[in-house]
Amino acid sequence: MAVERIWVVVEPAGGGAATNGLELLAGARGLASTVEAVTFGDANGAATILGDHGAATVLTVDTGNAMAGVPVAAAIVAALEARGSDRPTAILLPQTYEGRDIAGRLSVALDAPVLANAVGLGHDAGRLVAEHAVFGGSTIVKAAFTTDRVQLFLVRPKTFVAEGGAGAAGTVEALPIPDTGRPGATTVLARHTEDRQGPKLDEAAVVVSGGRGLGAPERYALVEELARLLNGAPGATRAIVDAGWVPYSYQVGQTGKTVKPEVYVAVGISGATQHMVGMKGAKKIIAINKDRDAPIFAICDLGIVGDVTKILPKLIDALKNR
Amino acid sequence: MPPMHVAVCVKQIPDPAAPGRLDPATRTLVREGKFVMDDSDSYGVEMALQLVQAAGGGAVTVISMAPGGEIKGVREALAMGADDAIVVSDEALRGSDALSTAKVLAAAVRRAGEAGGGIDLVLAATESTDGYTGTTPVQVAALLGLPSITFAKKVTSDGVTVTVERQTDEGHDDVQAALPALVTLTAGSVEPRYPAFKAIMGAKSKPCQVIGLADLGLAASDVGFTGARQEITSVVAAAERTAGEVVEDDGQAHIRIVSYLESLKVV
Repeated sequence: MAVERIWVVVEPAGGGAATNGLELLAGARGLASTVEAVTFGDANGAATILGDHGAATVLTVDTGNAMAGVPVAAAIVAALEARGSDRPTAILLPQTYEGRDIAGRLSVALDAPVLANAVGLGHDAGRLVAEHAVFGGSTIVKAAFTTDRVQLFLVRPKTFVAEGGAGAAGTVEALPIPDTGRPGATTVLARHTEDRQGPKLDEAAVVVSGGRGLGAPERYALVEELARLLNGAPGATRAIVDAGWVPYSYQVGQTGKTVKPEVYVAVGISGATQHMVGMKGAKKIIAINKDRDAPIFAICDLGIVGDVTKILPKLIDALKNR
Repeated sequence: MPPMHVAVCVKQIPDPAAPGRLDPATRTLVREGKFVMDDSDSYGVEMALQLVQAAGGGAVTVISMAPGGEIKGVREALAMGADDAIVVSDEALRGSDALSTAKVLAAAVRRAGEAGGGIDLVLAATESTDGYTGTTPVQVAALLGLPSITFAKKVTSDGVTVTVERQTDEGHDDVQAALPALVTLTAGSVEPRYPAFKAIMGAKSKPCQVIGLADLGLAASDVGFTGARQEITSVVAAAERTAGEVVEDDGQAHIRIVSYLESLKVV
């Protein structure tokens, strides 16, 4: 094994552990002799599933109604001090809303740099090496730390494949949260869950994304309709998120989510490098765009050069009438 | 409501549409050509202007780090209506990672606050377009000892607290923190204004302090390639995808798509 011990931050999702956390556990198992999970929120009750995915210990943090970043980081820092020589070499965090908050706070508290947006993690002569996709995913840059501090890696979801069957329920250990003072004084007043049907964007087998080529915000409804008919999730390019057509959580790409569905349908998307890096990992790509020279056609399996506003309604009807 | 002093972190980046390349010596991204304000930061500038207006007074200070002394992108923020700017420029900053950048920005925010009664709110984008590590704003908050609320879709303030609709995967959370605080904004949270010609001209005479690392009490070893404490070990080509079949729509393309989906057993 490359290193002795790795901690993985696993965030909650839908009453249990988030899939991206289970993916990181699978990745950590290939690199460390001992893998331990740090959880918070609903994921605190997931010791069985976390053990099954390879966590020998489940370190829980009770964040109550505060945002997770400050208390989770503070609890980790205190635990690192308490552990002494049993400290992990590295901490892996998912590149998500909470993962980024925790990593930023940890980084300052430990004065340790972060390698972010890793799309792969391996080792070379006992050193952990992160892979980063640049230039729309055409080039991979590998990087490693030159410091002996705890190594912080933010890893993009879908980098590893979650795999259970690795062990029994992990031993649960509650981590105390030291006084976090003013930085910790954020209060979540209410949580609102949007009534959304179908799978989550980064877990869907089919993703249908829309871009500027749709021409008007109301036409995004066609993308949602097609996604629904294919039992998939709707996504979006940065351009239409920036334009305010759909929220940030729909964004696929470099500054958004990475998706690796069985089928990705790109509707009215030219294929800017910003977008490509987030969807190139799809098994099959179908693209519809009016510009024959759009870069998306260079990476798709089936490309249709045409007007999305004409093709989509016909496609939706055809699927409905099957 | 008391007047509000908002600091907005703004990154100046090379034209994002231009093809990027790596410096063969340092294997880091070459940042060259004409610099512009990162589009992601226009939401922060707009939000700052609206919050100060809602407070009935105050100021918006732009904070930026630019190794080569670039100020063109900062002028864009001033043209939108920001009052003044602090740009930290030093050749030693080249190669800085997110944490080093945060150390510089935090020191500059502190300096901006010294001039008046302190900074009430720091705004930043969720991530930059070119580097997109997405950790710098929270690192700035941690260094300044401030609470941070990230991924804001909506921001309001009564002058004592800041209340945010925070984007989540499931929907959004309503989150509150006492001021001073740091908030990061998602795209689309506000509609950035387009400055009029007069405002663009007027921005040229607004105060824009260009200072060095020493002015902030930071050492060159805290930043740049040394401060980053990481190295590129190799650069390799990624596995290429090959183009498949591309056809012109003859009015029957939808049938082609359905049969392809059938062959993949999606339908």
